[in-house]
Amino acid sequence: MFQFILRRLSLVIPTFLGITLLTFTLIRLIPGDPIEVMAGERGVSAERHAELSAQLGFDQPLYVQYFRYVTGVLQGDLGNSLITKEPVMKEFLTLFPATIELATCAAIFAILIGLPAGIFAAVKRGTVIDHSVMTFSLTGYSMPIFWWALLLMLVFSVNLGWTPVSGRIDVVYWIDDVTGFMLIDSLLSDEEGAFTSAVSHLILPSIVLGTIPMAVIARMTRSSMLEVLSEDYIRTARAKGIAPWRVIVIHALRNALIPVITVIGLQVGILLSGAILTETVFAWPGIGKWLIESIGRRDYPVVQGGILIVACIIIVVNLLVDITYGIVNPRIRHSR
Amino acid sequence: MKTGLAKLSLALMAAGAIGTSAHAATTLVYCSEGSPEGFNPAFYTSGTTFDATSKNMFNRLVEFKLGTTETVPGLAERYEVSADGLEYTFHLRKGVKFHSTKDFKPTRDFNADDVLFTFNRQGDKNHPYHTVSSGSYEYYNGMGMNTLIKEIVKVDNYTVKFVLNQPEAPFIANLAMDFASIFSKEQADALMKAGTPEKLDIDPVGTGPFQKVQYQKDSLIRYTAFEDYWMGKAKVDRLVFSITPDASVRYAKLKAGECDIMPYPNPADLKQMEADPNINLMSQEGLNVGYLAFNTQKKPFNDVRVRQALNMATDKNAVIDAVFQGAGKVAKNPIPPTMWSYNKDTVDYPFDPVKAKKLLAEAGYPDGFSTNIWAMPVQRPYNPNARRMAEIIQEDWSKVGVKAEIVSFEWGEYLNRSKKGEHETLLLGWTGDNGDPDNFLYVLLGCDGVGGSNRAQWCNEEFNNLLLNAKQTSDKAERTSIYEEAQTVFKREAPWITVAHSVVYEPIRKEVKGYKIDPLGGHYFYNVSK
Repeated sequence: MFQFILRRLSLVIPTFLGITLLTFTLIRLIPGDPIEVMAGERGVSAERHAELSAQLGFDQPLYVQYFRYVTGVLQGDLGNSLITKEPVMKEFLTLFPATIELATCAAIFAILIGLPAGIFAAVKRGTVIDHSVMTFSLTGYSMPIFWWALLLMLVFSVNLGWTPVSGRIDVVYWIDDVTGFMLIDSLLSDEEGAFTSAVSHLILPSIVLGTIPMAVIARMTRSSMLEVLSEDYIRTARAKGIAPWRVIVIHALRNALIPVITVIGLQVGILLSGAILTETVFAWPGIGKWLIESIGRRDYPVVQGGILIVACIIIVVNLLVDITYGIVNPRIRHSR
Repeated sequence: MKTGLAKLSLALMAAGAIGTSAHAATTLVYCSEGSPEGFNPAFYTSGTTFDATSKNMFNRLVEFKLGTTETVPGLAERYEVSADGLEYTFHLRKGVKFHSTKDFKPTRDFNADDVLFTFNRQGDKNHPYHTVSSGSYEYYNGMGMNTLIKEIVKVDNYTVKFVLNQPEAPFIANLAMDFASIFSKEQADALMKAGTPEKLDIDPVGTGPFQKVQYQKDSLIRYTAFEDYWMGKAKVDRLVFSITPDASVRYAKLKAGECDIMPYPNPADLKQMEADPNINLMSQEGLNVGYLAFNTQKKPFNDVRVRQALNMATDKNAVIDAVFQGAGKVAKNPIPPTMWSYNKDTVDYPFDPVKAKKLLAEAGYPDGFSTNIWAMPVQRPYNPNARRMAEIIQEDWSKVGVKAEIVSFEWGEYLNRSKKGEHETLLLGWTGDNGDPDNFLYVLLGCDGVGGSNRAQWCNEEFNNLLLNAKQTSDKAERTSIYEEAQTVFKREAPWITVAHSVVYEPIRKEVKGYKIDPLGGHYFYNVSK
């Protein structure tokens, strides 16, 4: 296991270098000069343009710029945003808790609904229940997020008034930024009702963001369960007279979980890298919106740094998934 | 499950309501369209940043009178202009207090040092703060202040004199702009001493009606009313900017009572807003113009008859209906009607394809010609859909034999290439900065703008001389008549098709009182109550 982790880690360095090179080149391949974009209709004189280019280091040849960037990254410096002038790392750390909070809640929602639904559909294969679960999950999977979010918002927030429209907490609460996690910060504050307000703000975005992962998990669980349920040892277990729920939960589910965990891992990785549409609709201050806006503004340091960090997160999550395999399935653990 | 969720959220909302009742302070919530780029308005040019900073946190020596483009005294009680128009002496207001932050408590009132600090930081390359936060002062330079100001003299603690290199009547209007917001030198000195000068641009203190308490990036900005504001405390106790980038979501929040005022509604929602008993839909013509510029240095657009003919071949009303969906008005002058010196008597070219064809024949193009129309890739208030606009114009022109191809580029490229004059005709527009006609006419049509902001590449001696004269006259009545004449010359020479002025809509909740739309596009909350 330890060796396995080491092997995986050794692959990380070339992956990083590849990512730095890719993000560095790709953002520069998009037409549009950041200085012109910043200036807009007002324009900027050729002289001023040259001055700004020099100030931002854009007058250097590309390989020098790349070298500077990589040297910075190795020293833990991702540079400063061209727009806000703040360090990229600082901006990331400010926004990431909001993304984690939303991603976690969405993942919990997806797993809590998706997993049982998939098991249920597999056990009741071919029945109305199975068909309904599959139809719902297919619908969920193909739902346009933007439309789905606005629909839920109009029904539950505007018409019924059950949930707030957007944001992280009601504006009447003035919560200090301690951890960046609104659920924790609102608990830490003395303001009565702040925590419940924070929870209520999480409900709709979590459902919207969790819908696609939920559908994927349900479908994957169902097919994996069906495969396992047709194995000989399950028939044997049943023949021995073991209670049906024990056969399903203890014998079948544990084996069926491996592909499901892979899927969950991939989905969590995607969730953590920021959900652009959900964050935009619900005005959720996460990293998805941050990255997409910086691409529009040609804010090179943010795009480079942000994507690099997000890539790291996905790598780490995948590593954790691999380790989880070992825990769930001893065969994998021993064979490595 | 849904019922369960519903019950849970009901319980949560009820609990929330109990929490809410503990706060008696009035909070005004403004659902802003984006995050400010930063908190030093001198670095930026976007209205989103100005709303969050200069409009509500800071003051300037002179201010725009709310709801108009006229200037009134601000931190300067009064000013005098020397006879030659080169010296402006400002007498500063006494007893003006600065805000305080967690780390900084001011020990003195606003004075001349703060004025010198604010302007010298931007203009003097050797100023210790000039390069802090890799500052680039786009508006200061863009308005020509760097070449205009010769020196700034502190006459005494409450008197400051600006000496100019040449007379420039719009100078006063420039001083009311956001980049001229007055910073505290005392705070700057304290931060420099502490070795953290860049904090001045993150957490500055101003003298304005609201002081910033907290900024949660991309989420919220919280302000409290400044108790010691020199014009008296604001009518609401707290002001919150709830950052909501999507217009449909802003509208949903407004309906649900989660915000009180929202900018930039979707044109498609306007009808519904008008019918909503809880919403007051305010509107005003915007200080902008959307135009089609002919590249007058290229054939056949160097011939005035061709430009006039295409003016007549374009059905502007059809453009307005299709592109603005009611949120626009036909433009006949290059400046908007809310601006002083707007020439009401200008006669626009009528929509007359027959006459247009005749004029084209006279100019030597009886069968028309081929050209291009550049369409912007972005949405702007003065042109919400340039592609659609270009298609309608293309259709109109084809009826007089002019075949136009529609071209578009990425925004930065579009601006850059059109500056160099690579286009034959192009769609673009302008939103005013300081309410002065010079800011439209000279910037967009003056000879200095050729190769830059003058996209028609049009340099007309008669027109340009009128503008230069107006710059040197501080008498407003005289300037007005000069600008009116300039607009007549412009219309005759037709370097543009003036297409539209947008109408700005701002829906607010019925309980909000005292809000006024700013013709310059800002959002001020000092006089607002609820």
